[in-house]
Amino acid sequence: MLKKNWPVALLGVALLVGLALPLATGASAPGFYIEVLLGGLMTGVLYSLVAMGFALIFKASGVFNFAQGTMVLFAALAVARMAERMPLWAAILLAMAIMVVLAFLIERIVLRPLVNQEGVALLMATLGVTYFLDGFGQIVWGSDVYEINLGIAKEPVMILQNVFEGGILVNKEDFVAALIATMLVVALAIFFQKTPTGRALRAVADDHQAAQSIGIPLNRIWVIVWSVAGFVALVAGVIWGSKLGVQFSLSQVALKALPVVILGGFTSVTGSIVGGLIIGVGEKMSEVFLGPILVKTFDLAGGGIENWFAYVLALLFLLVRPEGLFGEKLIDRV
Amino acid sequence: MFYRENGQFKSSYASDLQMLPILQDRLFMAGLLAVAFVAVPLFVSDYLFLAILIPFLILALAAIGLNLLVGYCGQISIGHAAFMAVGAYSAYNLVLRIPQLNFLVVLALSGLIAAVVGLMFGLPSLRIKGLYLAVATLAAQFFIDWLFARVKWFTNYAPSVSPAPIEIFGWKIDSPLDKYLFVLCVLTVFTLLARNLVRGRIGREWMAIRDMDVAAEVIGIRPVYAKLTAFAVSSFYVGVAGALWGFVQLGAWEPLAFDLNLSLNLLFMIIIGGMGSLLGSYFGAAFIVTLPILLNQIPRMLGVPIPTALNAHLESMIFGALIIFFLIVEPQGLARLWAIGKEKLRLWPFPH
Amino acid sequence: MKLMSNSAMLSAALAVSGAAALLGAAQVQAQAKEQFFPVLSYRTGAYAPNGIPFANGYVDYLKLIDARDGGINGVKITFEECETGYATDRGVECYERLKGKGPTGATAFHPLSTGITFALTDKSFTDHIPIVTTGYGRADSVDGAVFGWNFPLGGTYWDAADMLVQEVGKKEGGLDKLKGKKIALVYHDSPYGKEPIALLEERAKMHGFQLLLLPVTHPGVEQKATWLQIRQQRPDYVFLWGWGVMNSTAIKEAVATGYPREKMYGVWWSGAEPDVVPAGDGAKGYNALVFLAPAGMGQVHKDIIKYVYDKGQGTGKKEEIGEVLYNRGLAAAMVTVEAVRKAQVNYGKKPLTGMQVRWGLENLSIDEAMIKKLGFEGFMTPISTSCVNHAGEAQAQIETWDGKKWQVHPGVLHADNSIIKPMIRTSAEKYATEKKITKRDCGKESG
Repeated sequence: MLKKNWPVALLGVALLVGLALPLATGASAPGFYIEVLLGGLMTGVLYSLVAMGFALIFKASGVFNFAQGTMVLFAALAVARMAERMPLWAAILLAMAIMVVLAFLIERIVLRPLVNQEGVALLMATLGVTYFLDGFGQIVWGSDVYEINLGIAKEPVMILQNVFEGGILVNKEDFVAALIATMLVVALAIFFQKTPTGRALRAVADDHQAAQSIGIPLNRIWVIVWSVAGFVALVAGVIWGSKLGVQFSLSQVALKALPVVILGGFTSVTGSIVGGLIIGVGEKMSEVFLGPILVKTFDLAGGGIENWFAYVLALLFLLVRPEGLFGEKLIDRV
Repeated sequence: MFYRENGQFKSSYASDLQMLPILQDRLFMAGLLAVAFVAVPLFVSDYLFLAILIPFLILALAAIGLNLLVGYCGQISIGHAAFMAVGAYSAYNLVLRIPQLNFLVVLALSGLIAAVVGLMFGLPSLRIKGLYLAVATLAAQFFIDWLFARVKWFTNYAPSVSPAPIEIFGWKIDSPLDKYLFVLCVLTVFTLLARNLVRGRIGREWMAIRDMDVAAEVIGIRPVYAKLTAFAVSSFYVGVAGALWGFVQLGAWEPLAFDLNLSLNLLFMIIIGGMGSLLGSYFGAAFIVTLPILLNQIPRMLGVPIPTALNAHLESMIFGALIIFFLIVEPQGLARLWAIGKEKLRLWPFPH
Repeated sequence: MKLMSNSAMLSAALAVSGAAALLGAAQVQAQAKEQFFPVLSYRTGAYAPNGIPFANGYVDYLKLIDARDGGINGVKITFEECETGYATDRGVECYERLKGKGPTGATAFHPLSTGITFALTDKSFTDHIPIVTTGYGRADSVDGAVFGWNFPLGGTYWDAADMLVQEVGKKEGGLDKLKGKKIALVYHDSPYGKEPIALLEERAKMHGFQLLLLPVTHPGVEQKATWLQIRQQRPDYVFLWGWGVMNSTAIKEAVATGYPREKMYGVWWSGAEPDVVPAGDGAKGYNALVFLAPAGMGQVHKDIIKYVYDKGQGTGKKEEIGEVLYNRGLAAAMVTVEAVRKAQVNYGKKPLTGMQVRWGLENLSIDEAMIKKLGFEGFMTPISTSCVNHAGEAQAQIETWDGKKWQVHPGVLHADNSIIKPMIRTSAEKYATEKKITKRDCGKESG
């Protein structure tokens, strides 16, 4: 089995070696190494939150929702602006309602007419949705930077001061984010495995025709899927927004979730988590440790490796294992 | 009634195989060229040159390039602005380091360099297709953006790059009219080239791969050759367009000038204009170039000035809405509408 | 597919040709006694939080001149905004669209972006329209003999970087005490952010401190890795050269990684309310440069409220009047208006061309008395320009955010010209040779 999968194994080994290198060669203090690792994991969690939405929609309807990032932004804007007038929990509920309406409209106006087109046409349609929501969201909610205050302290906490010199800096906000993401995954898992709607969703993901033939209403299922994706986008938006502030650039950062789903597999929610973590850690590690080396060797004008690391990693994965780590092997090989 | 091939007989193979077999088409094309080369320079103001015509022509060239890849060969790419950047920076470096080269040679060389880079990033297309390939091209976009922003040699150690005005055989190209004529000449040549490419064997191989790649392979078309040539030719066009964009349109640029937004704009041009149609590239480019200006001027004309921020957002919304509209209603874009119009001209003014 | 009926197609064709005709008609200008001010602004995108108050201040001042004074000596001011989104290509588009408007063309351009400035500089030599870059733009454009049309009034980034080095030197007890220290520059990865590097490297050589360069890619929201590196390297000071959301993100990340904000010094474009407010209490202690106009309300603000806002003509929110960037927009508009006024003394009280306005910009002498008369007391520093010096004397102060307001420290910083002037000369020479520009003879032209 190893012989057949040797490219994947090679890639995996290269990644692990790259991860262990800074620690092994003593190029960095172990305390700092753990900080970077934690930072990467936290960033990874944020990416996973957005990627989950991608995976959900693709799983159930085969549509690659380019607009997921914009949906995150839209949800975050809704919460942030409405929280200025009402308590946070009310704003979140109202934003959820808005996302459901949005899901309904997208399914009706964009997806249903395009139901038999190939994936590329649907991808471009969601691209159109992205642009539309970008403009619309900013007209309705404005283009300033808005705050979402979850009430978590922003100052870092030092832990393990006696184990590592200087202690390790951890952020309460990041922990809460990771916690929420985990709860979300567990909730989604329960939803898919235990509830009838969840089972119907999995049936639709498996085979549209068969699901229809046993009486599962396709259109309603798609609205549900997009609503769930909207809910995930809302959670992602609230967490991202609380950390970075809600502004227009959020949707561009969310573009990074694309490589995450490639790594994890387009149809796997677990894959989104794992892929997100790998990319988050890989990015931060390469930026902090590899970056300065590259700058010195090639006399570059500064680092910035994390701009392309995720995409290049996704490219490599596409060449050796296009279905990702946990995806289903249904890619047309050319 | 006025547009028909009725009564036009061909007496040689050459005349049968010509690009525009119908007389009305030839007359129309001659008229168009006359207007473009003669009438427009006489009657059009400088502002229209700089704001509309020159960007339209250059972006049409880039759109043709992207159309060759996406529309004719079916390989999707959302990172094509990166190849424009390669063309622009190659041209800059060639002009900087080998000043004796004629600018036409520089253009051709920068196109070739872009073609080589495009070829490299097109290699994944041999194993994956569809939206997986789209993500691979995104890697090209971000990596190349990073490369030009970081490797100081490319930008000659300056934060922003600005070359001297172009000079060819003593003709200094710095007035809007000069720029327009130069770009028009380049575009005419390249469109002719593209038209012949897609009519010929290569074009048919591309279209076969696009429509049914397995069947194409079965009848003997080598997908490696077809796809890689599609990437290479497409990147060549786009590289030349990038060089023109930097030298003629912008005058000075930084790496951010060729970012993801430009890639997506190119994609929109060919979606709205019509994929798989050279005329569609022109329509799409015209549309994308004039829409912001129209959005700006028309409300002001009607006496209801819209604040600039709202304008920018409306632009975004209208783009998005139009993409969806065209995908649903007319997936083959404006070019199809044009073709329908020509079909109707066959009968008009008769009812049937 | 019978998508469109014949009549629909006909009307569509008519609509398109109508639109084209309208576009052509837009070029016909009415010949009136008006001075056209183009306003390149960005009210969308990642830089909108900072672009909006500046544009509001600029436009409000133009409206004030019309409402209160009836124009500049009777010549009314007309203006038009164009959205650039801080993108160079759109800035160039806006420039081309607006440069010919008005009876005599555009008065002067304030690109509010160093990237756009670079692009427009090349065009200025043929178009003859001044580019006023108050506190930004090319640092070498102080040299008016080469850069005949650029006016970095109030100071450049070399001046700013120099002043910051002097300030931290003062903090350490002398510039010689900087030896062996580490200063990190967290900068926006654009011509704006890269501009101070040349001077900082020069100073690093002179005083022996280590310069750490950390670029942040547009839009500047991802800075976790940057600040992790700062945590690893532990620089003694961090200079922030950001814009838009990059500023507030930097401060937030500084909070998250525990870097003391007291050791952070921002350039004058990284020291405004939209930069510190999003970080909440965490921004307390953050320092920045302030030049030309600090936050606050003065006589001119009262006039604006009276003549513009009370009449319902205000551009932005009334609460934003008096913020740092708003005041800077006011100052930028004011110097342009005064330049036109000065040029009118020479050329007559009529609409002026860009060339004539340039004369006014080159002969600006705004002193304390004039500042008081214009109502800018406390919100403007004296500026006097000449053909060889297009910037005037650069001076600035340090301000610190206390959680609610900016507290300006007493003591004025001046840039050290003995270091900067030679750098300007070399850089300007290089530009002139590269672009084959013939230098102006400042002695000959009536300066």
